[in-house]
Amino acid sequence: MTLNRTLAPEFQAIDHISLIEPEHTQLPNGCKVYWFNSGDQELLRMEWIFGNLRFDSAKPLLNMAVNTMLTEGTSALSATQIADKIDYYGAFLQAEYGYDNSQLTLYSLNRHLGHTLPVIKDILTDSQFPEKELDTYIRNQQQKLQVSLQKNDILARRAFNRAVYGDSIYGLSADAVHYQQLKRADMLAHFKQMYQPANCTLVIAGKADEEALKQIIDTFSDWENAADPADVSQQLIESATEHFYFTEKPDALQSAIRMGLPMVNRTHPDFPALQVLNTVLGGYFGSRLMANIREDKGYTYGIGSGISSLKYGSAFFIATEVGADVCRNAVDEIEKEINLLKTEPISEEELSLVRNYMLGSLLGSLENVFSHADKFKNVYFSGLNYDYYTRYTEIVKSVTAEELLALANHYWNFDEFYKVIVGKY
Amino acid sequence: MVKFNRFTLSNGLRVIVHEDHTTPMAVVNILYDVGARDESPEQTGFAHLFEHLMFGGSINIPVYDEPLQRVGGENNAFTSNDITNYYITLPAANLETAFWLESDRMLSLAFSEKSLEVQRNVVMEEFKQRYLNQPYGDVWLRLRPMVYKQHPYQWATIGKNLEHIEHAKIEDVKAFFKKHYNPQNAIMVVGGDVTTEQVKALAEKWFEPIPAGEKYERNLPQEPEQQDERRETVTAKVPLNDIYIAFQVPARTDENYYALDLISDILSRGQSSRLHRSLVREKQLFSEIHAYLTGSFDKGMLVVEGKPLENISIEEAEAAIWQELEEMGKAPITDEELTKVKNKTESTMVFAEMALLDKAMNLAYFELLGDADLFNYETENYLKVTAQQIQEQAQRVFRKENSSTLIYLAEK
Repeated sequence: MTLNRTLAPEFQAIDHISLIEPEHTQLPNGCKVYWFNSGDQELLRMEWIFGNLRFDSAKPLLNMAVNTMLTEGTSALSATQIADKIDYYGAFLQAEYGYDNSQLTLYSLNRHLGHTLPVIKDILTDSQFPEKELDTYIRNQQQKLQVSLQKNDILARRAFNRAVYGDSIYGLSADAVHYQQLKRADMLAHFKQMYQPANCTLVIAGKADEEALKQIIDTFSDWENAADPADVSQQLIESATEHFYFTEKPDALQSAIRMGLPMVNRTHPDFPALQVLNTVLGGYFGSRLMANIREDKGYTYGIGSGISSLKYGSAFFIATEVGADVCRNAVDEIEKEINLLKTEPISEEELSLVRNYMLGSLLGSLENVFSHADKFKNVYFSGLNYDYYTRYTEIVKSVTAEELLALANHYWNFDEFYKVIVGKY
Repeated sequence: MVKFNRFTLSNGLRVIVHEDHTTPMAVVNILYDVGARDESPEQTGFAHLFEHLMFGGSINIPVYDEPLQRVGGENNAFTSNDITNYYITLPAANLETAFWLESDRMLSLAFSEKSLEVQRNVVMEEFKQRYLNQPYGDVWLRLRPMVYKQHPYQWATIGKNLEHIEHAKIEDVKAFFKKHYNPQNAIMVVGGDVTTEQVKALAEKWFEPIPAGEKYERNLPQEPEQQDERRETVTAKVPLNDIYIAFQVPARTDENYYALDLISDILSRGQSSRLHRSLVREKQLFSEIHAYLTGSFDKGMLVVEGKPLENISIEEAEAAIWQELEEMGKAPITDEELTKVKNKTESTMVFAEMALLDKAMNLAYFELLGDADLFNYETENYLKVTAQQIQEQAQRVFRKENSSTLIYLAEK
């Protein structure tokens, strides 16, 4: 029998996606602990996650700087000693600042927990932010900032966030002068208020067997809260009134474009369907923006769109870097694609492809136990539970072209988009 | 320990199967034994441009991405100076779609003029985005020709210049395909929720009918040992001064590779590493400094790169780097420091086993180096390295006459 290579093989649509839910407990000091026990390897990922403190525009960098400098020394251990211990036991320690929460992550082999956990305990209870390390941090960050500010895509992102999120923790663009304002006393005070057990969620994934859990919980059971609870509220976000921002770079070979507008976040009933709409527009390699602006016109190496869902706000955005000479054409084509989704229903053929792609992508994102923990964090920190994923998969499977058309009309008005261009226009 | 089964089809295609039933997904990774080093000096950037064209439709399937996305799959590819690697992740139930797509483009491309025209533009925009419109983006365009005078590693995968890409013709594309893209020059790894029998049956059905093609015999000019100190200074629109020092080092398959990789770890892996500790923290000369190996199949590079603080002269900064490098040749490192970098390497290997796609890529890579099973002996090879070997290699490599120094001066 000859093989007919023009015919695609039969395939199955993804019917069910099973997610692992964590077990949990709460320590007497208020620290919430969630764990996923699975995997063949004798290793663990532990994330101590803390809500950021309320934004203070007079001291805008504190949330970020305090988090980044957690590994810079305690009363007992210098920055170098912390690094030595962690590296010696083949562990990995990362401080990660986020818009809503900031965290300390430790990857460790189970057999070395006895050596690695005490270092974390020391950091979370007794970070000192030594003056010398603070000076080094300020100097190095200011140097790195100079490099970042030469990159058009970074400038575009800063201007866009500033416009959409205003003077808030999300809209902040660090400047050299902000680093200069950092004071050790402020950092210590911020640290004490934020890094306390009642403001901490510990998420553990990997070989979280009884022995490992006991070791972790024993280490942190005598961790004490500060006198006052952490204030993790944020003020209301006010977007800018100006909608167009152009920074000219006369020598630019490419222009960075970023545009979009405030959007509902994950907790809104429309969110899953908006994800489908976004995927059609610019959320995957075969998206309309890629097909038109990269694959048909060749204006860019890449273009995409997305929805960033945050606790107190959210934004829909389109981002790309295009040849400087075709910047206006690219903006026109983006407008065309937006308007097309508002006037013509998506064909069932395209929609079914996107449905399958999104479900496959969700399934494929569950690579190992760490990914299951990541899925948990997505809903947990949005104040949702696993019903969200059930609803998400249902809506991805069933949302109609008419519903998507209505959503595009409701949420997208190109004239109301914030538009940022850095380069030539 | 990554277990696998291995067989070869009658047309020479090597197939490796790694069963991992903890996931509902499958990966298909196809490595073609061709990289930028196989290009003609007059037509650089071609292997990478060709990678883009592999997504422009094949002989029986007009578009590549769409049918894959329709079954819930994703794909991507990369080109290096040594290899071109394509990979697919998809629900294991739809594995056959990946075989259908990959076998058709191994059989023959559509060679569409439109696809060539568009991808030329896309790659030129990529060239601008990553190499020209970024501060320090052109570093590899400058540094490679300093380190390599004979070997084709003297150009970057993106190519020497925009013109080479602009002038690519469809005849060139066809000739390149014929020369490099056939079963004899490829290695396929299938991993995930699959069985060896299933993969064997699918491979025989979709890949075995593809003609074996001609075997490409690689015969590249090898780079002679460097005898002279090389140096270039450029004044550029960059915000900060930057120092790059590149050293010639033995190939990936050389027995000394592991010692050299540990040398780069001792110098620069993590906050406790020597360069960071001494030059960023203690002496406060640099805002950041790194060292890394290229891990090339032929003679490679060990690169040290650092941005001095604004009040520090290039001379002082450079002298401080050399002092650290020469230190490694003067005395053997302590057991404790050696154990530290070995422990880090060992745990990195354990973590790497958590990722299915990484395992598949590694199996293909090591099979090309000679045997997929070498992947399972990597940790052992690192653990065997002695302090004496590290000292010897440091003495051999960190010499002025084996160095190429590129300085960026910020235009004020």
